[in-house]
Amino acid sequence: MAIVFDRPHALTEVPFHYCPGCTHGIVHRLVAEVLDELGVEGRTVGVAPVGCAVMNYDYFSCDMVEAPHGRAPAVATGLKRALPENVIFTYQGDGDLAAIGTAETVHAATRGENITVIFINNAIYGMTGGQMAPTSLPGQVTQTTPYGRDVNTAGYPVRVCELLSTLDGVALAQRVAVDCVKNVVTAKKAIKKAFQNQIDGKGFSIVEVLSTCPTNWGLTPAEAMQWLRDNMMPYYPLGVYKDSVKGARIRGEE
Amino acid sequence: MKGNEALAEAAIQAGCRHFFGYPITPQTELAAYMSKRMPKIGGTYLQAESEIAAINMVLGAASAGVRAMTSSSSPGISLKGEGISYIAGSDLPALIINVQRGGPGLGGIQPSQADYWQATKALGHGDFQILVFAPSTVQEMVDLVSDAFDLADTYRMPAMILADGMLGQMMEPVEIRSNEHKKPIEKPWATTGHQNKRVHNVVNSLYLQPKDLERLVRERFARYEVIKQKEQRAEEYLTEDADLVLVAYGASSRVARSAVNKAREQGFKVGLVRPITLWPFPTDVLQKNAKTAKGFLCVEMSMGQMVDDVRLAVNGAVPVDFYGRTGGMIPSPAEILTKMKEILGGAQ
Amino acid sequence: MAKSKDLNMLLAGFGGQGVLFAGKVIAYGGLMDNKEISWLPSYGPEMRGGTANCSICISDEPIGSPLVLTPNVFVAMNLPSFDRFINDVEPGGIVVVDSTLINKKVERTDVQAFYIPASRLAEENGLKGGANIILIGKLFRECGFCSREALDKAIEKCVPVHKAHLMGNNKKALEIGMSYEG
Repeated sequence: MAIVFDRPHALTEVPFHYCPGCTHGIVHRLVAEVLDELGVEGRTVGVAPVGCAVMNYDYFSCDMVEAPHGRAPAVATGLKRALPENVIFTYQGDGDLAAIGTAETVHAATRGENITVIFINNAIYGMTGGQMAPTSLPGQVTQTTPYGRDVNTAGYPVRVCELLSTLDGVALAQRVAVDCVKNVVTAKKAIKKAFQNQIDGKGFSIVEVLSTCPTNWGLTPAEAMQWLRDNMMPYYPLGVYKDSVKGARIRGEE
Repeated sequence: MKGNEALAEAAIQAGCRHFFGYPITPQTELAAYMSKRMPKIGGTYLQAESEIAAINMVLGAASAGVRAMTSSSSPGISLKGEGISYIAGSDLPALIINVQRGGPGLGGIQPSQADYWQATKALGHGDFQILVFAPSTVQEMVDLVSDAFDLADTYRMPAMILADGMLGQMMEPVEIRSNEHKKPIEKPWATTGHQNKRVHNVVNSLYLQPKDLERLVRERFARYEVIKQKEQRAEEYLTEDADLVLVAYGASSRVARSAVNKAREQGFKVGLVRPITLWPFPTDVLQKNAKTAKGFLCVEMSMGQMVDDVRLAVNGAVPVDFYGRTGGMIPSPAEILTKMKEILGGAQ
Repeated sequence: MAKSKDLNMLLAGFGGQGVLFAGKVIAYGGLMDNKEISWLPSYGPEMRGGTANCSICISDEPIGSPLVLTPNVFVAMNLPSFDRFINDVEPGGIVVVDSTLINKKVERTDVQAFYIPASRLAEENGLKGGANIILIGKLFRECGFCSREALDKAIEKCVPVHKAHLMGNNKKALEIGMSYEG
């Protein structure tokens, strides 16, 4: 009997600890499939964030380093500079990438650091129990915005792809979602491109994945998907914000 | 050669090809030197966006198994504390240089030794130690950089050179030898990509099960015990017949040495113990001296930090006095001489 | 060789006068004679125009404190530095004064003072910025901190390759200082 669906080699057999309906599992799988298809698992080193995905070093079969909160792009920079021939990626959430690690993100991007960044934006701090994230929407109720995010006191959400698309060092900045088959297919293509860019020496590539957090949003998985479509997609439109080799740094070339 | 530049060249000669820094006085020449040299030898010099980023780049490069380092001065080292804790918790070797200046806060930019507690006891959160070396000459800075890299690799832990603005800025004759012929220490744990030949390596400091974390920390502390037994270093100067033994490291040990010479000229029996490793602290040599000396005088460019460890080592056997200047002030030999005479009661 | 006296030297002036460079030449002179030496600059937020000084120790023994608080050789290159340090000089010490910029005499009688209008001499001889080296020449004449051979080598060592065209000027400045009587 032919096997039509199997675990990607780049995923270990450790079961995910993620909540039901969380999209981390889908994105992990897409990353692993891409590593398999590109045949690079053996020379890949991933960098885990602090957040719900902190233990993804147990899930990816490639070598993994666990970074301090927000510092994954800096850790990835150190790895890439030491191992220029390897494939280095970070996998980070919104608090990690767009709050505590903003400086590391922006500067790795503007240096055109030849790495791949997978960015999970679910508009909330998941692991610590649902606090406001830098990407929480105006009016969004969280543990620390019990009356809804008031932009007068808590400011506005950060649109990461738009922000990074202004930087010359960025080769790819694309926002995707994994709420339906069509979008999953697009997301996988984007992730593959983000890795291929690195292999081709094109520079910093980031794929932002709009994601759900049913547990902390207080919704069922299906409701959460709908909430994402109704609320996040209008504020964070899907699409390619930058796709250019312009300004990218190719090692060894002047 | 300036002390800061000598540190940099010594690191290169020790095989370091990955330097990540951020500008801060008075260590700037070190980074500038690296920015000149690294591109010519195929190495990496990277000016990070912050000290925090720099130490995490070191974490990344060290994970890959290469000799990586960063340098900074006191306020910058505080920022690196987070990363150093993670590096220690991930059992990674790395070299951190602290060219100390006055604190707290922005403090000043003149030489200081007020980061002793930070370096030896509280560099970051959690149960851990790092190797701390305290050179007192430019030549010794060079020699200790090489040793620090070797021991960091051997024991899989971060090492620090605790210098100060005076040592960093001064010039002295120096001989730098290449250590690159040495056989590198194998790092089978490094995350270099498994090449489909082994299971994946993970560099990590997260252990959610308390019993796992306790076991790991205990293992690390067992290693620390070995280090305490094998790696203590100190220099003794005229201690054999000394009634009063001065204890000082780094820049202040040079002033103390001058003071000892002056006192000897005047017939006072005084000597000097100069700790070269601050962690592990050279407890053994102090305990030995506590049997013959009538007292100790600890001299520091701080309000008195190492003196705690001297008192612990001496354990009440004889009195331990302290003399210090802080905020960037450097004690003079004359001041120390006066203090020595006060302790010795002017008796010859 | 008989043991010579330890030299604890302090050079002080404005930033930009070449105080640190002059100190380097002296330190290298000692080094070329196989002495123990140290050179320690003051450092601060100002790069130009502020005060600058440096400590140089030359000895047959390892140098203790490289910070010179009570110099036995003091070279004063401007008035504020002169005022600040003149009373720190050890009795019996040597003081060299650029008399173009310091319109004062040493009142102390327990030190040997030498005056040379180094800045004016530099100007007259077309040696812009050469007053520091002229002062070294004068200092060499009065206290011979190293051998002549070592001093020549030191100058060659200290002038960077990209300023090699200034070598002649530096040597000329040295000669002016060495031959100045006063």
